[in-house]
Amino acid sequence: MWSWVGHRITGVVIFIFLLVHVLDTSLVRVSPEAYTAVIGAYKNPIMGLGEAALVAAIVFHAFNGLRIIAVDFWKKGPKYQRQMLWAVLGLWAVTMIPFLIRHLTIVFSNFFGGN
Amino acid sequence: MSSNSIAAPRSNSAQSPKYKRNKASHSSFEMIAWLFMRLSGVVLIVLIFGHLFVNLMVGEGIHAIDFGFVAGKWSDPFWQIWDLAMLWLAMLHGSNGVRTIINDYAERDGTRMTLKAVLYVASTVIIVLGTLVIFTFDPCPPGAVIDLPSFCTVP
Ligand code: HEM
Repeated sequence: MWSWVGHRITGVVIFIFLLVHVLDTSLVRVSPEAYTAVIGAYKNPIMGLGEAALVAAIVFHAFNGLRIIAVDFWKKGPKYQRQMLWAVLGLWAVTMIPFLIRHLTIVFSNFFGGN
Repeated sequence: MSSNSIAAPRSNSAQSPKYKRNKASHSSFEMIAWLFMRLSGVVLIVLIFGHLFVNLMVGEGIHAIDFGFVAGKWSDPFWQIWDLAMLWLAMLHGSNGVRTIINDYAERDGTRMTLKAVLYVASTVIIVLGTLVIFTFDPCPPGAVIDLPSFCTVP
C-alpha cells in the first residue's frame, strides 16, 4: 500500500520535472548564452540537494517499477512481493550512497573551492 | 433539521455501489497501455541510469554542463537517438501514468475531461518541442562566442 503511494507520488514528481527539464534544455536552440546562464543558475548547493532528491525519487520509482513487473509477470511474484520490497529498499540504498558521495562532493567542493 | 436530508455516505461518489461512468469500450487500448507501462519501464531504466551517470557522475559532474557539453553530445547520432528514445518513452509513460491518476481521483466528468485535455496538450507540446530541438540543433551557431565545443571553428 505505501509502496504504491510512493510509486504514484514519485511518478508525478518526475513527470513534472521532465516537463521543465525539456524546456530548459530547449534553450540550447535559443543561444549558448541563454542555456549556459540558466544551467549556471542551477549550480548551487540548494539545487544540488534538489537534484539529489530527484535522483532518489527516480531510483525508488525505477526499482519499485521492476518489483511491480515481477509481481505481474513472475509466477511467484505475488508470494514474494514483501521480500521484494525489502530488496527494492536495499538496492535503493546501495545505489544512492555512492551517488550521494560523488554528487554532493562535486556540488559542494566546487562551491566552496571557487571555480 | 431532519436526518432525511443527509445523503448516504459516498452515494454521490465514484466509490458508491452504483457505478456511474460509461461502460468500458471493447477496445484493447487499456491492455496495450498496461503492457506499454511495463515494457517502457524496463527500457527507461537503462536510458535514464545511463543519462544520469554520464551527465552527473563522469568527469566534473554537473559543473561540466554548459552549451558545449550538450553540443558535444548531440553532434553524435548515438546520443541523439538515446535522448530521442528517452524523451518519447518517458513522456508517453509519464503521460499515461498521470492519465491513470486523473481517472482515479477526478470524479466529475467535466473535471476529468478538462484535466486530461490539459495533460494531452502539455505532453504533445513537450514531445514536439524536444524532438525539434534534438534534430534542428546547431552545435556551432553563427555569431555565438561563449562555451562552444572545441570542434567549432570560431571566426
Ligand atoms: C526508470 C524506469 C521506470 C520504471 C521501471 C517505471 C515503471 C513503472 C511501472 C511498472 C508503473 C505501473 C504502471 C501500472 O500500474 O500500470 C509505473 C507507473 C508510473 N510511472 Fe513509471 N517507471 C519508470 C520511469 C518513469 C518516469 C521517467 C516517469 C515520469 C516521466 C514515470 C511516471 C510514472 C507515473 C506517473 C506512473 C503512474 C503511477 C500510478 O498509476 O500509480 N515513470 N512506472
